[in-house]
Amino acid sequence: MILNSADDSKQRKTIPIVAEPAGSDDEAMVSLYAAAKKIYPRSVEGIFAYWRWIFVFATQIVFYGLPWLEWGTRQAVLFDLASRRFYIFGLVLYPQDFIYLTGLLVISALALFLFTAVAGRLWCGFACPQTVYSEIFLWIERKIEGDRSARMRLDDADFSLEKLVKKWYKHTIWIFFSIWTGFTFVGYFTPIRELAMEFFLTRMGPWELFWVFFYAFATYGNAGFMREQVCKYMCPYARFQSAMFDNDTLIVTYDTERGEPRGPRSKKVELASSNLGACVDCTLCVQVCPTGIDIRNGLQYECIGCGACADVCDTVMDKMGYARGLVRFSTQNAMENKWTSREMWQRLMRPRIQIYTMILGAIVIALLVSLSLRTPFKVDVVRDRSTLSRITEYGTLENVYRLQIMNAAEHAQTYRLLVRGLPQLKITTDTEVMVDPAQARWIVLRADVPYGSTEPGSHKIQFEIQAVGSDHFVVEKSVFIVPR
Amino acid sequence: MSDFTSNFWSVFVAAISIIGILYCAFLLWFSAKVKVAATHDTDDGTTGHVWDGDLREMNNPLPRWWLWLFIITMVFAVVYGVAYPGLGSYAGKLGWTSTGQYDAEVAKANQELEPLYASFNAQTPEQLAGDPKAMAVGERLFMNNCAQCHGSDARGSKGFPNLTDGDWLHGGTPDKIKETITKGRIGQMPPMAAAVGSPDDIRNVSHYVLSLSGSPHDSLRASLGKAKFGACAACHGADGKGMQAVGSANLTDKIWLHGWGEEAITAMINNGKVNQMPAQEGRLTDSQIHVLTAYVWGFSNKPAAK
Repeated sequence: MILNSADDSKQRKTIPIVAEPAGSDDEAMVSLYAAAKKIYPRSVEGIFAYWRWIFVFATQIVFYGLPWLEWGTRQAVLFDLASRRFYIFGLVLYPQDFIYLTGLLVISALALFLFTAVAGRLWCGFACPQTVYSEIFLWIERKIEGDRSARMRLDDADFSLEKLVKKWYKHTIWIFFSIWTGFTFVGYFTPIRELAMEFFLTRMGPWELFWVFFYAFATYGNAGFMREQVCKYMCPYARFQSAMFDNDTLIVTYDTERGEPRGPRSKKVELASSNLGACVDCTLCVQVCPTGIDIRNGLQYECIGCGACADVCDTVMDKMGYARGLVRFSTQNAMENKWTSREMWQRLMRPRIQIYTMILGAIVIALLVSLSLRTPFKVDVVRDRSTLSRITEYGTLENVYRLQIMNAAEHAQTYRLLVRGLPQLKITTDTEVMVDPAQARWIVLRADVPYGSTEPGSHKIQFEIQAVGSDHFVVEKSVFIVPR
Repeated sequence: MSDFTSNFWSVFVAAISIIGILYCAFLLWFSAKVKVAATHDTDDGTTGHVWDGDLREMNNPLPRWWLWLFIITMVFAVVYGVAYPGLGSYAGKLGWTSTGQYDAEVAKANQELEPLYASFNAQTPEQLAGDPKAMAVGERLFMNNCAQCHGSDARGSKGFPNLTDGDWLHGGTPDKIKETITKGRIGQMPPMAAAVGSPDDIRNVSHYVLSLSGSPHDSLRASLGKAKFGACAACHGADGKGMQAVGSANLTDKIWLHGWGEEAITAMINNGKVNQMPAQEGRLTDSQIHVLTAYVWGFSNKPAAK
C-alpha cells in the first residue's frame, strides 16, 4: 500500500497519543469492515493470457477426464474410502501407504518454494483451482453479459427483462457447470460410471448427494462471487509469499523510471521531445487486473502474477509505437541495476535455487525409487493374546498367531510362510495361502517347538512371507513364548 | 449428567457456554469500529491518527462478508445449543443422544442383515456348516466373541476348552452347542480330598486317573487308587468316561483341560475348580448364535451334503 506523500499530511490534524474523552466532538467512529467492491476484469489477449488458457485447459482436462479412464476392469484413478483402497493406474495403495502421500505433499511444498523463488506466484496465476475456475466463470460471464463496461452498465441498470434473462442465463450455466464439477469430484471417490447412472436415475446415496452439491456450491460461490476475495482474505499462501521472494525473483513490475511522469498525450507527440514518460495513463492495466490493483504502485500482496497487465500494456505500447515491456516480468535487481534480460536470467541459478532444485530432485527420485521397489503386499502379525502357549498331545509347545496378509497386486497371489528364530521351530498349519486380488485376509497360524527344547521365556522370532513366483518377501517380527 | 449429585456443574457449563456466545457478540460489536478524527478524510486508508510526527495508523478494512461469517457461527451456536444437548445437562429439543444414534444404526444394520440371517435360520446347523457365506459370518462372530478365550484357532488353552478335538464336556450335538452358547455353562469339580482319604490315597487316585488314558503312571499306586476312585465315579462314571449331563470330564482320553500329570490332578482333587462359560444370550441375537453353533460344530464334524 502506497501512502500519500508527506505534503498533504501537514494539513492533517495530529491526534495525540493520550485518549480523548468519549463523545468528543472532533472524533467519529468508522467501521473496520467495508463492503467488497466488485471487480470487473476486462478481457485481455497476449502471451500470458495465452499460457493462462493453456493451463486452464490442461488442468481441467485432467480433472474432468481422469475419473473416466479405465484400467483393466476398474476405474484408473479411484480413492475407495469405504474399502480403504486407493487405485492410481497400476498402483493399489493401502492406508498403510500414506507415507507416499506425505512424500507427494513434501514435493508439492518444495515445488512451490522453487517456483515462487524463481518466478513468484506462478501457481496462483496459472494453476490454482481458485483462479482457474474464476477464469472459466468469467469467460461464461463475458460471453453472456459482455466485456467490462457492458457488465458494469448491466449491473448499474434498473431491473429489466434483458437483465433478468441475461442473469438467469448466466447463473443457470454456472450452476450446471458447478454440478458437473461436484459430480466429477465425487467421481474420484465412488466409481464415476455407476455414479452417473445413479445421478440420472436420481438414486444417489445421501452422502454422495451431499458432496456433489456441497462441492458444486463451493465452486459456484468461490468462482462466481468470491473470486479474488479468496486470494486476498482466505488464502494463506498469498500472505507468506513475500517471505519466499528475493531480489532476483521474477515478478510483474512496472518500469517507473521509463513510465513516469505518466499522462495522456496525442500519438503524434514525439516521446523524446515531450517531458512525459512512456505511461499514457490509459488505466487498462487496472481494468484487466483480476484482483483490482494498480501495478504501477509496485508489488502488492494482492498480485497473483497472472501477467494480464503486462499483456495489455504491450498492446498499448504497440499502438503508441513505443517499446514493449513497460509492465513486464522482471526482478528487483534487474530494475535497479538496469540489467539486460541476459544478465537477469544469469542470476536465475543462484545458490538458493540450486539448493531447492537439488532437494526437490532428491525427494522425487527417492519417492520414485521407493515406489518401484515397493513390495506388492503387506503383513501384520498379531500374537494371540489369550493363549500364551500350550502343550499339544504330540508333546510340543505351541503358540498361535494371526497374520493379516494384504495383497496390493491385482491378481490372486499365493504366499509361502516361513518362521525362523528358534531351533526346530516350525509352522504346523498351512504354509501356503492364497489371497484374492487387492484383498486382505486374516489367517490363523500355529507354530511349535518340541517340549523342553527351548528355555522358558519370550523368544524373538521372525516370520518371512514370500510371494510365490516373485522375489518379493516381507519379514515381520513377533515372539514365541515358552512357559516356565 | 446423572454422575453428579447436584446440578451445579451442569449450570456452570451452560452458563460458560451462554456467556461465551454473548461475549463473542459483544466483542464483535465492540471491535468492529475505530475512532477517527471527525474532520479526517478516511479515503487515504488511515484512521487519521498520527504518532511521533509520521507514524500513521492504517485502516485496511476487512470485507463485510467476513463479519457475516462471525455472525453465522454465533447463530449456529445458538441453534445448536437449543436443538442439541450442548448446554450442561439440557437434553436439546431434538432429543438426540449418542446411544440413541448408536441404537438406530444397529437397528438399521440388523434390518439390512435380516434377509441374510433369515436364509441362515432356514437351514439346520449341519447344512449351514457347508455354506461358505454363513461360515464367513461365523468366523467373524467367532473372532469377535469367542476367540478371546478359545483362541483364534479355537484350540483353547489351559482352562479354556479346545473346540476342535471332538471331545465335549457338555455334548457336541448342535442342540447342545447352541444351549452352551445361549445359556453358558458352569463346570464344577468340587474339592474331593475329604471323600477320597489321606494325601497318599489322593496320589494313588491321581495315578489311577493317569492310567485310564494310558498316560505314564506308577502302576502300583494306580492299582491302589482304583479302590478309592468310587468317590469320583459319581460324576465321572465307574469307567471314568465322564457324563455330559453333568459336564464331567472324560478321564480316559489324553485331553487335559486343566493340566496334565500327577501334580495337576492332585491339585484338582484337593482344591476342585469352578470354570465358567458366560451366557451369550442378550449379547448375541438368536440368529447369530445359530450361525456360531454351525461354525463351532463344523470344527469337528463334516457338514451335511446339500
